[in-house]
Amino acid sequence: MTEHEEDRMKKLLQQALPAVEAEPEPGRDLWPAVLKRMDEKPDMLPWLDWALLGGLVGLAAFFPTAIPVMLYYL
Amino acid sequence: MARIAESHGDECESQKRLNEFRHGDLDALETLFRQYQRAVYGWILRIVRNPSVAEELTAETFWRIYRAHARFEPSYGFEGWARRIATHAALDWMRSTRAEARVEELVVDPAAPAVADPAITAEIRLRTQEAFARLAPKLRIAAVLAVVEELPQKEVAAALGISVAAVKLRVFRALRLLRRDLERQGIKP
Repeated sequence: MTEHEEDRMKKLLQQALPAVEAEPEPGRDLWPAVLKRMDEKPDMLPWLDWALLGGLVGLAAFFPTAIPVMLYYL
Repeated sequence: MARIAESHGDECESQKRLNEFRHGDLDALETLFRQYQRAVYGWILRIVRNPSVAEELTAETFWRIYRAHARFEPSYGFEGWARRIATHAALDWMRSTRAEARVEELVVDPAAPAVADPAITAEIRLRTQEAFARLAPKLRIAAVLAVVEELPQKEVAAALGISVAAVKLRVFRALRLLRRDLERQGIKP
């Protein structure tokens, strides 16, 4: 894609998706929604964190020599 | 002199609030929320382009912010950190939503485009929106912030947690894929 074609694409995109106004405001107070989320979703480790922890424990069990390397990177 | 002292006092108060937040103080979070919700909402709206989705994601962002309070480093500032979390919340939403649904949810202000080029018809604009919605979310975010919103690439890079060179590359790839998609539909941009 040449520089000219890139500029054409940028112009097309700008016309297809107009920029958002400078300082948009939410239509309602969102603080109650934040508090609701805190009640609904208790503070817990996400599944990815558990998977990583499991992987590290597994690695340490099968390759004990890797423990000093892991400790070094902590 | 009094103004300097007042400004210093505000700065100390702000640092104190950030430290309280870092220790999980909910009142401090509410104060920060009141201060930054508009900025966070505006940032998310620029990415998802739908006010009701942006509202939901703003609440989600502040919930994530609270959950990550212990990892916050006050010396780096709150707004940039919040923006980065907001960008990831928007990215997660984009990944979980089908391209067709994203186009349906796209809210374009009909009064906004002052069409300078008469060759770009409403049909071409619609096709472009649809093709854009089919791009990978990480390419769309880079393109929408850097090209549509014309934000500095350094700012976009900081929000995405990537280098400026990577932003440039993503924008280029987005435009190239968009062009190919339109060409397949018989549109010569």
